[in-house]
Amino acid sequence: MSGTLLEVDDLRVDFPTRTGLVQAVRGVSFTLGRERLGIVGESGSGKSQTGRAIMGLTPPQARISARKLAFDGIDLLGISPRQRRALRGNRIAMILQDPKYSLDPVMSIGRQIVETLRTHEKVSKTEARERALAMLEAVQIRDPKRVFNLHPHEVSGGMGQRAMIAMMLIAGPEMMIADEPTSALDVTVQLDVLGILDKLVSDRGMGLIFISHDLRLVSSFCDRVIVMYAGKVVEQIKASELSQAQHPYTRGLLNCMPRIGFERHPLPVLDRKPEWAA
Amino acid sequence: MTAAIAIDGLEVIFDRFRALKGVSLEVRTGESFGLVGESGSGKSTLLRAIAGLAPVASGSITVNGKALGARRDKAFYREVQMVFQDPYGSLHPRQTVDRLLQEPLAIHGFADGEKRIERALDEVGLGNGFRFRYAHQLSGGQRQRVAIARALILEPSILLLDEPTSALDASVQAEVLNLLEEVRRRRKLTFLMVSHDLAIITHMCERLMVMQSGEAVENLTAAQLVAHRVTEDYTRNLLRASEGFVRTA
Amino acid sequence: MSTDTIQSRRDWLLSERPASRMQARLGRAYVAWRRFSANRLAFVGLLIIIALLVIAALAGVLAPYSPTFGDLKNSRLLAPSAEHWFGTDDLGRDILSRILYGSRWTLYVVILVAIIAAPIGLLVGTVAGYAGGWTDAILMRITDIFLAFPKLVLALAFVAALGPGIENAVLAIAITSWPPYARIARAETLTVRNSDYIKAVQLMGASPFRIVLRHIMPLCISSLIVRVTLDMAGIILTAAGLGFLGLGAQPPLPEWGTMIASGRRFILDQWWVAGAPGFAILIVSLGFNLLGDGLRDALDPRSGDQ
Repeated sequence: MSGTLLEVDDLRVDFPTRTGLVQAVRGVSFTLGRERLGIVGESGSGKSQTGRAIMGLTPPQARISARKLAFDGIDLLGISPRQRRALRGNRIAMILQDPKYSLDPVMSIGRQIVETLRTHEKVSKTEARERALAMLEAVQIRDPKRVFNLHPHEVSGGMGQRAMIAMMLIAGPEMMIADEPTSALDVTVQLDVLGILDKLVSDRGMGLIFISHDLRLVSSFCDRVIVMYAGKVVEQIKASELSQAQHPYTRGLLNCMPRIGFERHPLPVLDRKPEWAA
Repeated sequence: MTAAIAIDGLEVIFDRFRALKGVSLEVRTGESFGLVGESGSGKSTLLRAIAGLAPVASGSITVNGKALGARRDKAFYREVQMVFQDPYGSLHPRQTVDRLLQEPLAIHGFADGEKRIERALDEVGLGNGFRFRYAHQLSGGQRQRVAIARALILEPSILLLDEPTSALDASVQAEVLNLLEEVRRRRKLTFLMVSHDLAIITHMCERLMVMQSGEAVENLTAAQLVAHRVTEDYTRNLLRASEGFVRTA
Repeated sequence: MSTDTIQSRRDWLLSERPASRMQARLGRAYVAWRRFSANRLAFVGLLIIIALLVIAALAGVLAPYSPTFGDLKNSRLLAPSAEHWFGTDDLGRDILSRILYGSRWTLYVVILVAIIAAPIGLLVGTVAGYAGGWTDAILMRITDIFLAFPKLVLALAFVAALGPGIENAVLAIAITSWPPYARIARAETLTVRNSDYIKAVQLMGASPFRIVLRHIMPLCISSLIVRVTLDMAGIILTAAGLGFLGLGAQPPLPEWGTMIASGRRFILDQWWVAGAPGFAILIVSLGFNLLGDGLRDALDPRSGDQ
């Protein structure tokens, strides 16, 4: 049951730009078992780039290095593109923020799901369609046959995101990376989608990395939380113990958000210290 | 007590799509009023209708006692200004901050431009070093401050705020919200603020209206909302959703 | 200039806290310049155009002979040699000198066409894009009418109506050149028309005139500059074409196209009479194309609006 799915040791991602080297990720280390890990940070913290580096989706001009970056023992930095493609969708999946931009706009939803499945498993078209429909049902889409034939722009944001989850889970991956999966959705829809993700991840015993800027959301959804700032990990903590966070950035982030029923005028402002980025 | 903004039975139709279906509300002078809803609720459309940026099919809008027609005159813009949601889209990409702030002054023929610009930047907490920067040289929070400075430079009495912090990082959001509160207090402004975030609305506003699909669902005070004294189910749903996720598995 | 002064001047230009409008503008121009000059080919293009400007300015000094008076008795159709680098034409005129003076006419045509056509296109395009509705439809249909004709044919028609001569040729080419600029300007205007910053200016009470002139036009200028530069090669060729047909510059003007026209008769035995001006046109067109490509890369707003 347990057993480390992912090992990240001293991951670094650098982008050469005209004005110098931008160090997006500066030595991030963590491990992931069959559990839910949240990576929280603001813009520029490097959280998205960390997720992309694991998937091998970093832009080609960037430089990635790590002492170790291994999925189930496989070295992710050393594998060939072919091997990486075999992993993606099949054993590791990634959901992105806005289904409008991450689903193919010219293909019907059902066809995209079927294509994902047939890329990784030898199944007949009929069987693939059956499984795709079953998957759409599993993400609580009420009329799977109708949605199967729709295009991404014809469905709402919440449904598009559920379709994306269906597409990503159909080949039965062991690990999923979700990069701000609900940030583009309305608040009530967010909870629905998270509930679906919750159930699916638990039922299948998957490992999940949940990347978000929303510390509260992540702490309520995940088992463990990593807080990133300026490319580094400043805190690793169990979600249940978030209120006892040590690092001033985490505490500041927790405190600075308005909370219903807990009025503070003015709101406490994060006092950024240069040594956090050191 | 005159209403700063009084809206009666407002209908806004875009190409056969009814964005607002007969909405009425009243914002008192000096008050901070919130509009809450999800996407498609029509809350931003309401704001834009007041600003004259959305076509009104029927209904009336009255600002500071004057009924508004199809067009807005310059005097209106001296009373009502707007802060937009996207800091990355609300500043002209080829103009310096200085030029951006000069424009409203030039249009309305203000003489002491230099002083006003300096004061405006000061008021939003940006020093002189920011004056000649271009938009792409500013962070999201800084851009929003410039947008606020630009809205205030004509000294309006009413500020329309369209999700002013939703595109900003959490820590920056707190700073901008504090700035808005301070500005409102100092200048005794009336705020009409739109947000999808109940926590922000209850923090910034005294009264609020919940909207859904172009219609008003419920009018209540922030105090009532916080105490969970809500009448409509939709409002209750929103409230529950804003309390965060509860794991079942 | 010591390296310290260079460094500090560079720092001043690239400063994150410009202290004046001038500093901000210069800084921005400097960044665009850096991007431009990083492109070798673009730099070559720039050098070619600068050489053209220099030659045009100093033609009087550089030309060894007169461009209009030739030695009919002794120097007809001489092959390229030490005395006549590009040989002579059928009237005994030194071709090199004619080419050097001809550069002035090339510049004349190109600059005048750009000055006439670009503003017209910019105005039509931005007004059509911003106003929308009937104004847009009418202006665009007018543009389409002009675009429907092949450029040379339309220019021919105008010149035929106005009479031959280089001024009329310039006018004719300008009239046929503005439609693509209008299209570009309109496309850019439509992109930015609904952005929040335009709405913000509308909310200040700016008149549509002011918005188009001071807020929308500046956004169209880079695309327009690129397109005009790339078009210059075509303009030169059209002018050469008209000259070739006898409808542009009239003899004895040393305009390159006219030179090719009159040199056509000797192309088999005395190839240099037509070959030299042809080569000049080639180099200058290449220069403008390279320059235009480089400008597009340097000014492209998508590559990080620097």
